[in-house]
Amino acid sequence: MSWLSEIVRPKIRAFVAKKPDIPDNLWHKCGNCGEMIFHRDYAGNANVCHHCGFHGKLPLKRRLELLFDGEEYTRIELPKVPVDPLKFKDRKRYSDRHKDAQTASKEQDACIVAHGLIGGQNVVVAAFNFEFMGGSMGTAVGEALYAGARLAVLQKAAYIVIPSSGGARMQEGILSLMQMARTTIGVQRVREAGLPYIVVLTNPTTGGVTASFAMLGDVTLAEPGAIIGFAGARVIEETIREKLPPGFQRSEYLLEHGMIDRIVTRKELAAELGKIAQLLMNKKNRGLSSGTQAATPQLFLSTAKKA
Amino acid sequence: MPHRTCRCVVGVLSLSRMNNYLDFEQPILELEGKIAELKRMDDPQLDLRDELKRLEEKAEKLLKQTYGKLTPWQKVQVARHPARPRFGKVLSTLFPDLVTLAGDRCFGEDAAIIGGLATFEGYTVMVIGQERGADLQSRLKHNFGMAKPEGYRKAQRMMKLAEQYGLPVLTFIDTPGAYPGVGAEERGQAEAIARCIDVSLGLTVPVLATVIGEGGSGGAIALAAADRVLMFEHAVYSVISPEGCASILWRSADHAAEAAEALKITAQDLLRLGVIDAIVPEPLGGAHRHPDAALHSLRLALNEQLGLTLKHNPAERRYQRGEKFLAMGRKAA
Ligand SMILES: [Zn+2]
Repeated sequence: MSWLSEIVRPKIRAFVAKKPDIPDNLWHKCGNCGEMIFHRDYAGNANVCHHCGFHGKLPLKRRLELLFDGEEYTRIELPKVPVDPLKFKDRKRYSDRHKDAQTASKEQDACIVAHGLIGGQNVVVAAFNFEFMGGSMGTAVGEALYAGARLAVLQKAAYIVIPSSGGARMQEGILSLMQMARTTIGVQRVREAGLPYIVVLTNPTTGGVTASFAMLGDVTLAEPGAIIGFAGARVIEETIREKLPPGFQRSEYLLEHGMIDRIVTRKELAAELGKIAQLLMNKKNRGLSSGTQAATPQLFLSTAKKA
Repeated sequence: MPHRTCRCVVGVLSLSRMNNYLDFEQPILELEGKIAELKRMDDPQLDLRDELKRLEEKAEKLLKQTYGKLTPWQKVQVARHPARPRFGKVLSTLFPDLVTLAGDRCFGEDAAIIGGLATFEGYTVMVIGQERGADLQSRLKHNFGMAKPEGYRKAQRMMKLAEQYGLPVLTFIDTPGAYPGVGAEERGQAEAIARCIDVSLGLTVPVLATVIGEGGSGGAIALAAADRVLMFEHAVYSVISPEGCASILWRSADHAAEAAEALKITAQDLLRLGVIDAIVPEPLGGAHRHPDAALHSLRLALNEQLGLTLKHNPAERRYQRGEKFLAMGRKAA
């Protein structure tokens, strides 16, 4: 495990249920139906509207608590990568934007990796923080997703990825585009180890994120009403000069067009994930196929150790 | 009705580019015009040889000056030049025995991505590339090189066939990007691109990708998850078009030149960043001035790069391809 301890030092940060410090008298206005809900009730319902079932933004920490058994999980420290490789500057320096996002979120970048149990199954979860520069994917995000894949292989765990991203991080130019390939390599390593790769699409998942690891799940779930697509709706409208069909690029629309397997509410998500992981890792099924389609899984594993 | 809509949106854009000159080439074109005029005169009474020689030297010097220090935004214009050799020209010159393959066996045939079986250096190879079209009619036919899911699924099919028969895969990239349309989204544009990258990275046969013109975003990397990625000297390869980036980050497409500079999209920058593996030299004044010389240069480069990929055994080749992409961006360039 030496190579792992170098790359992904486990950082014990198990969380115990902790109530957010929000006064009882604050109201939340639903972003969809406009109904007013007590903030405490809204938070207690995983930021899902009581009236219309709209799935609002969920803070990363709360999402993890809701997923893992007993709200317990361990986050891993992610490999450091050079920030601002292009010295990018538009109206503002990327290095400043990045620092601001770090300060506001108290996170290193837009994707974190944690492991623990869901429904009693060993899982590694990589989850996006949309608040961090729109969840955009640069080198750090790609590295996080790859580290998660390696950890899943090492722990023989199912790999669950929960994207929420506007797509590539433009300020990293071509290197952000390269994450489409880098993250796919992670998916392949998990697949070759015979482990489940499950994607949970949340609002929004678009651009280069959708067009790479997010659409490569063995099983693909989505939260209700999430925007999921490749091109942005505005770009499409400008191109075709036509109104878009109702519900376009929403989870329900994708399900109807055969692009995802299931729409799962936040409340049912943990149980569903545990069930799917259990079904795909049933020990009794071992040896019933000639193995994964991998040509060379051994080569990958043995060489990975050298790194 | 994608074709009809293309005509009104993208078509206008392309028509404005159809005047075969670039702003910064204006002084060169004036000189070249004068030279052509002198040559036409051909008056035995006048000895114009000295004047002709002087002008030709001047034109060459000007070309060297201009093309030696093209800005990223100028390179974008060169990469999109209407007279630049397109994939069709690559096919007819380098792969004259091509047997085209068509269709994704799923939904349809997409003429934005074409290719098939051909011979290269004695090997049977699978050639796959994006065709933008050379005139208005063919641009419409090929949808300006903007592929739909069926194009990327056809590419996957061809890659798998290449793996089955041990054929090196040679891809050629020239696209503004994947097509943004309702039908494309409904049929899974994102999944088609993702799976294309997945299939390409899983191949054990050699994969060589060359950006011959414009490498636009996800639509480009779908065909460029390769052992060796080459770029023509004045080609560009970017996560987003400079105009698109400028309109988001600068709030106006007028800042496209600045965006082009900031995004690092030239072959020279990408080689420095370790994103591409080699630059294919273009003749003086760009591939659009001397297409045949450019294609000769391409042939030599492909031959050399194919040789490099053949040194590995299949499993190693695939592993090294993955490692190459994983190493990108890990260390400061
Ligand atoms: Zn509501």
